[in-house]
Amino acid sequence: MSDTTEALIVPISQVGRPRWHSTPSGRERLWGFIFIGPWLIGLVLLTAGPMIASLVLSLTNFDLVHPDAVRFVGIDNYVRMASDPNVLKSLQVTFSFAIIAIPVTMGASLGAALLLNSPKLIGRNVFRTLFYMPIQIPLVASTLVWIGFLNTETGWLNAIIGFFGVKGPDWINSETWIYPALSLIGLWGIGNFMLINLAGLQSVPTELYEAARIDGASAWKMFRRITIPLMSPILLYDLVISLVVTFQYFTQAYTMTNGRGDPNHATLFINLNLFNEAFTFSRMGYGAAIAWLLFVIVMVLTLGIFLFARKRVYYAGSDR
Amino acid sequence: MTTTAPAQRLRSFGESGPIAKSYRRYIGRASLTMFAIIILSAYLLPLLYMVTTAFQQPGQASTAGAPVYPAAPLTGTYQGEAYPIYAVPIDGVTRNLMLVIKGREDSTFVDPADPTATPIPWHGRWRTLQQAFRFAPEIANFTTAWSQLNFPRLLFNTAAIALLSTLGAVVSSALVAYGFARFRFPGRNALFIVLIATIILPFQVTLLPTYVIFTKLGWTGTWLPLIVPHLFANAYNVFLLRQYFMSIPRDLDEAAMIDGAGPFRILRSVILPMSVPAIVAVTLFHFFFAWNDFFVPLLYLAAKPDIQPLSIAIQHYNALYSTQPTLIQAASLMTMAVPVIVFFLAQRAFMRGVVVTGVEK
Repeated sequence: MSDTTEALIVPISQVGRPRWHSTPSGRERLWGFIFIGPWLIGLVLLTAGPMIASLVLSLTNFDLVHPDAVRFVGIDNYVRMASDPNVLKSLQVTFSFAIIAIPVTMGASLGAALLLNSPKLIGRNVFRTLFYMPIQIPLVASTLVWIGFLNTETGWLNAIIGFFGVKGPDWINSETWIYPALSLIGLWGIGNFMLINLAGLQSVPTELYEAARIDGASAWKMFRRITIPLMSPILLYDLVISLVVTFQYFTQAYTMTNGRGDPNHATLFINLNLFNEAFTFSRMGYGAAIAWLLFVIVMVLTLGIFLFARKRVYYAGSDR
Repeated sequence: MTTTAPAQRLRSFGESGPIAKSYRRYIGRASLTMFAIIILSAYLLPLLYMVTTAFQQPGQASTAGAPVYPAAPLTGTYQGEAYPIYAVPIDGVTRNLMLVIKGREDSTFVDPADPTATPIPWHGRWRTLQQAFRFAPEIANFTTAWSQLNFPRLLFNTAAIALLSTLGAVVSSALVAYGFARFRFPGRNALFIVLIATIILPFQVTLLPTYVIFTKLGWTGTWLPLIVPHLFANAYNVFLLRQYFMSIPRDLDEAAMIDGAGPFRILRSVILPMSVPAIVAVTLFHFFFAWNDFFVPLLYLAAKPDIQPLSIAIQHYNALYSTQPTLIQAASLMTMAVPVIVFFLAQRAFMRGVVVTGVEK
């Protein structure tokens, strides 16, 4: 018996720390690259390569209909953007919408999370599921539902507002009201942020609230001094992701106006303008320049947010 | 003196005894829940609008005096012909009567319950009367939209695209996540940061060259541009799976290795069986993404009605029939049916996955 145990122990101590787990041997490295291979190939072929290609493309007048007439035009496309009314309009449209929609989305998702986090709420799981659900509705379908709901003649929202004696606005055909209307539609997309905020709220140590309560802090003060600081990394995540999403806004605007950007170009978002230039008018070179403008804007804003947040975001662990 | 002190303390602590305290707590819970119900109802009200409109008679919403619920005008037969029914106030009592002879100031009505009785003359303008309606859900909206859209075909296209791209995305993401979670290789951390950074990379910046290449390959008007790019893993999926794989003890890998298992075998027999919740979450994420995607199908399949997914087809349908909200809402309802049902069946696994990818970043 003792013989067999001896014989077993020796191989385990040798194989138990196998080569490709103790030190990164050539074999372990090889396996690592084999497994991340699909992503690496994709990174080169579908991300890095096309990125460089699109930068080169933006310096040409490439046109998919006349590919032979391609010629290097230097920074002409970028110069042209500065005086292109559609590009300028699309920037104005996207920024106007972002200023309304991002705070609305972030506020609503935090509010919903606070409500769902309350221990006093009966049936929290049911509420959580139902508040989350609309994000799973295909965007085109949910936009069509909202277009009907906001219709001035047959929709319900203005009927409800009218019940209180106020005449509702023409949500979809007004250059002013279209942004609040699109922000309302955006409320159906808060689900992911809401769940992430909820998880963040649940990770705040309850001892902090108990200590504050003993010190006589008001609910607002606890929210301002405990919840917000401890939630700040999550709010930063919410902000960055909603920024990226807002600058790629497309489906709702396209569905609503069938790609025209009505009313009076008030929904000509950067992405819709890019789509029109590149695919409706086949101006690939110019489209690529617009794409790079979009990329630079998103990068600058994200970087700006991170710099702004560096001193203001609280991280519980120092290793972050 | 010493006996009254505890009693006083008890009173001040619970205001007036334990019953009142639990009662107040109950009121607090009930009012907060009531508040949540009101907010939720407002939040989901457009869905009620959709369902109601989808079952309404065409044109009902713009008919004056028509109720909100799906309804048809009530009619009755008198001497073999159909007549509309109105609510007529006679001698302080409102009766539902058939309008048989329309007059400017005087009209004649017949009781639909007793058409053989003498007609009832009524003095007043019939146009001021309320027409009577009955509850009548219109199923034809669905059948019309179903056949006009060629819905079974669209459903097949959408499901096939979604399933194929989900399969590719999950398999590739699991491989990549395993590579990042279990193997050490030069530049691993830097590559992982690059992976995460691709989340905030706007896809437009790679869009045009990709489109040109796919066009040159002859892929426009096929499903390939919607499926092939997902065979190369995606950052969200890899991140979620890697987090999960890293929580599995390495001892299990090593035990399998002693039994002679290679890296692929360990992934298949140890890692994947222990990661079912994460795999389910990633599968659902990608399935919903693919089911709902609009931009890429619009780019490559806009001119191909036969192989389009639902999202493109109903957008086009809306452009054609936007004046008929009943048809549009019926089509929307049919389009969201599958994703919403799948969501309710799998919501627990799904919502857990959202939290993992979001919070642990």
